[in-house]
Amino acid sequence: MSDEPLLRVSALSKFYGSRVGCENITFDLWPGEVLAVVGESGSGKTTLLNCLSTRLLPSSGTASYRMRDGQFRELYRMSEAERRFLMRTDWGFVHQNPADGLRMTVSAGANVGERLMAVGDRHYGKIRATAVDWLSRVEIDEDRIDDEPRAFSGGMRQRLQIARNLVTGPRLVFMDEPTGGLDVSVQARLLDLLRGLVTDLGLAAIVVTHDLAVARLLSQRMMVMKDGHVVESGLTDRVLDDPRAPYTQLLVSSILQV
Amino acid sequence: MPTPLVVSDVAKSFTMHLRDGIKLPVVAGVSFSLRAGECTVLGGPSGAGKSSILKMLYGNYAVDEGQIIVQHEDGLIDLATASPRKVLAVRRLTIGYVSQFLRTVPRVSALDVVAEPLVERGEDREVARGKARALLAQLNLPEKLWALPPATFSGGEQQRVNIARGFITEHPILLLDEPTASLDARNRDVVIALIAAKKAAGVALLGIFHDHDVREAVADRIIDVSAFAAGKIAA
Repeated sequence: MSDEPLLRVSALSKFYGSRVGCENITFDLWPGEVLAVVGESGSGKTTLLNCLSTRLLPSSGTASYRMRDGQFRELYRMSEAERRFLMRTDWGFVHQNPADGLRMTVSAGANVGERLMAVGDRHYGKIRATAVDWLSRVEIDEDRIDDEPRAFSGGMRQRLQIARNLVTGPRLVFMDEPTGGLDVSVQARLLDLLRGLVTDLGLAAIVVTHDLAVARLLSQRMMVMKDGHVVESGLTDRVLDDPRAPYTQLLVSSILQV
Repeated sequence: MPTPLVVSDVAKSFTMHLRDGIKLPVVAGVSFSLRAGECTVLGGPSGAGKSSILKMLYGNYAVDEGQIIVQHEDGLIDLATASPRKVLAVRRLTIGYVSQFLRTVPRVSALDVVAEPLVERGEDREVARGKARALLAQLNLPEKLWALPPATFSGGEQQRVNIARGFITEHPILLLDEPTASLDARNRDVVIALIAAKKAAGVALLGIFHDHDVREAVADRIIDVSAFAAGKIAA
């Protein structure tokens, strides 16, 4: 395990006019670590995720990322082109709605292959072989490789989106409610798949979710957000089993037992 | 004798913010140490805070006051104030834990549930599975169950998967939260033998055992937790 964080976030704030999106967020993320950001709608967790992934620019604060050469780079001072390159190679972003992360009118194989081509792969046979391999890792049959994701179920689309993101061997993946909108049985399969991939690949991930069970299964660390602020953070099992903040106690006590 | 873990003046309470902020004291002034090669048992009635103490030692419950000093790698760490990342490292390498109930993960086989802590410590997956098989066999878990996820197992079967998972590694400290609660006599004896082997290997164990016979068989000393009842401490 590396002794330096992969991402350092300091006093990050985003305001929409006078309204707080998220305010004064500070944390470090280490390689191989999964951080869950939980909170209800409007708590600022998606704003935070969008700032971290540079899809939004924050109003103040800094975030620096350790590049593959070991140097830290300030994310908000990079050029647009540099950020896009990072996004296409070293990072992944899994959207809640697969349609936002996939190209719905090209084949499943091309959806996966496109990211490889973006990093310079040109050999068709190799790209296709890698695509087949990744489809099987996310449990999509090889004979669906030429189908468009429009013809896929919601769960399959989400698995395809994950394959598309992971094919370039990213070191950091952002996930926005990755299991939202899926049936419970499909969710379980996806969670298990994600958990296995994250462990096997040693990925760092920031997972935004309102589902505490998802947070428990996937993450080692957790931040609880309310009204744009972090109200509690720590080890995931500690936060869930011994919640200290009033809001976290409310969240934990609101889980339905089955 | 080495003392790999020292607890001093630890206090814990729960503040129930949804119940008008009432404060439920659990324990206060908890002080003891564990010795390598010994099994220390937490005694006292239900609700005295035995499980809470174990959970604080594992970093699962927050600590209000005091220190929990553990020897980790070449240094000392205070678990009461350690960062989440440090606590995770301590769990991976230094402190193992057998919880009362197994938390199952969908689709992961019993064998891999047991092998996982070894794999996390960098052991080869097949070697880890080999050790897992040996332990599950020793605990008399029918071989036809090994490839299945334990979610549908009986209480006793899940407990044995849990025990195997806790005993598979060579953590120098092992916490046991009623590991024999739902086992029959034959498997209780297996657990007693496993604990004896850990002691012989120099592991410091701390356990809760409601079963009188098991406690008699494994305990080197008993700490009465009711002495740490919060509110009684001033005297």
